Amino acid sequence: MLYKINTFKIFLSLIIANLFLLGATSAFANDSTAVPTTAENETTAITAEHHEAAHEAGAAHGEEKFNAGKMILEHVGDAHDWHIAGHLAMPLPVIIYSEAGLDIFSSARFEHGHATYHSDKTNISYKLEENKVVAVNEDGSVKEDLTASFYDLSITKNVASLLFSLVLLCWIFISVAKAYTRNPGKAPKGLQSFVEPIIIFLRDDVAKSSIGEKHYKKFMPYLLTVFFFIWINNLLGLIPIMPGGANLTGNVAVTLTLAVLTFIITTINANGHYWRHVFAMPGVPVGVLVLLTPIEILGVFLRPFVLMVRLFANITAGHIIALSFFSLIFIFGEMNTGAGLGFSLFSTAFTVFMMVMELLVAFLQAYVFTLLSAVYFGAAVEEGHHEDAHAH
Amino acid sequence: MNLVKPEFGLIFWMSVTFLIVFFLMKKFAWGPILKMIQEREESIESALNSAQKAKEEMAELQNNNEKLLAEARLEKDKMLKEAREIKETMINDAKEAAQKEAQRIMAEARNSIQNEKMAAINELKNQVALMSVDIAEKIIRKDLSKDENQKTLVATLINDVKLN
Repeated sequence: MLYKINTFKIFLSLIIANLFLLGATSAFANDSTAVPTTAENETTAITAEHHEAAHEAGAAHGEEKFNAGKMILEHVGDAHDWHIAGHLAMPLPVIIYSEAGLDIFSSARFEHGHATYHSDKTNISYKLEENKVVAVNEDGSVKEDLTASFYDLSITKNVASLLFSLVLLCWIFISVAKAYTRNPGKAPKGLQSFVEPIIIFLRDDVAKSSIGEKHYKKFMPYLLTVFFFIWINNLLGLIPIMPGGANLTGNVAVTLTLAVLTFIITTINANGHYWRHVFAMPGVPVGVLVLLTPIEILGVFLRPFVLMVRLFANITAGHIIALSFFSLIFIFGEMNTGAGLGFSLFSTAFTVFMMVMELLVAFLQAYVFTLLSAVYFGAAVEEGHHEDAHAH
Repeated sequence: MNLVKPEFGLIFWMSVTFLIVFFLMKKFAWGPILKMIQEREESIESALNSAQKAKEEMAELQNNNEKLLAEARLEKDKMLKEAREIKETMINDAKEAAQKEAQRIMAEARNSIQNEKMAAINELKNQVALMSVDIAEKIIRKDLSKDENQKTLVATLINDVKLN
């Protein structure tokens, strides 16, 4: 346990170190672009800029200047189509529920944000604005109040990825369960032997040690589902093309739902001992209790909140770093094709390094989320010992 | 910032689908898997326990066997010893008996010889007496008044007596 946390800290420090490295290289990039403008006279600077712009226009086929931040945010965010390769993307259904009724149509109608779609049924015109569906007027301006009032239940890239991962999860584990019932008492085979050590690890080292022999069985299905859900989605997030590519576990809505589920299960199963510790810590004088109780109550909500933020931040940060290394290739490429090519070697090496680390982080974050959930459940069902109560 | 703003749609789909999958998995995946793993662990444990028990039993059996063997060996030695003793006593007894018998037979033989001897002597005595009487008769019958006669008579008598 202690050892696990230490490795986790090492990973975290590695990530931070990488961020510094990234900052340093970006600064270096800025300096090198700045050099010709300051060192040489104005005319040459202008011609250089002009030359650069022309070169860029030729290379990028008239596309706007490469914006790393925008690209990264688009990649870690949600979308209404699922990018496959190049300009090929799978359109996904848009589902909008408003007071006027339900509208279901393909996201292909937006033509990648270039067109508006008018629904005759509800008489609302929709448009994509920064990957979000908004209601618009005839002239194309956004109807803020209507946009705020409808519910966007679209099957976005994340939702499609969610459905895919859940089907995958069901398929894997129901087939494993079948393998168990087909030859009971036999040694595991294939996929079964891959997942069994993990299941046993979660049962013995996470659930049993955190919750205790008496109650752990009740929480096993949730812990196992959460662990494998997070792990599979972390791994799918690392695959750059469909069916991966969605940053599902790095999406705050998903981690929020998971954290809320952990919170609900903790609260439902909490016994008197748990609440006594929250509202009136035994063995603490009343004066201190006035201070302590609000902190404890806050802690009840803070714990799932931290759970939510940790998973979201870790996975998103990993994606951002990997994407940043890729972006560096294009940033250098815009300056000079040779620099871009040269840097691509460095970038690829670092991205591979990041990916390997992300593979570990994928497992680690799933483990941490599951372990902390188990620890919270353990606190909720812990039986009160009088001597123990004073020790807290 | 959109990144940290949870979207309603995703929360909705996540809650609904995750819970459905959770209950599906609980019933069709985790239930059987955990049950089977536990059952297998228990069966392995019981198999190990019974193997341990069998091993102990074997050891005990071997101990018993050794004890039995030792006892048997002792018994055998005892029996052999006894047999040897019996043999010796039997031989001794037989020897003694034979000696006694021999002595008895000898004594009997000696007795019978003595008896025969005595009988023979008695017989001889009787014969001598008879002969003496016969002689006396003959002497008496003849005129024994003359010396000559007497002498011839004695001579003839003595000739007659042939000590057989």
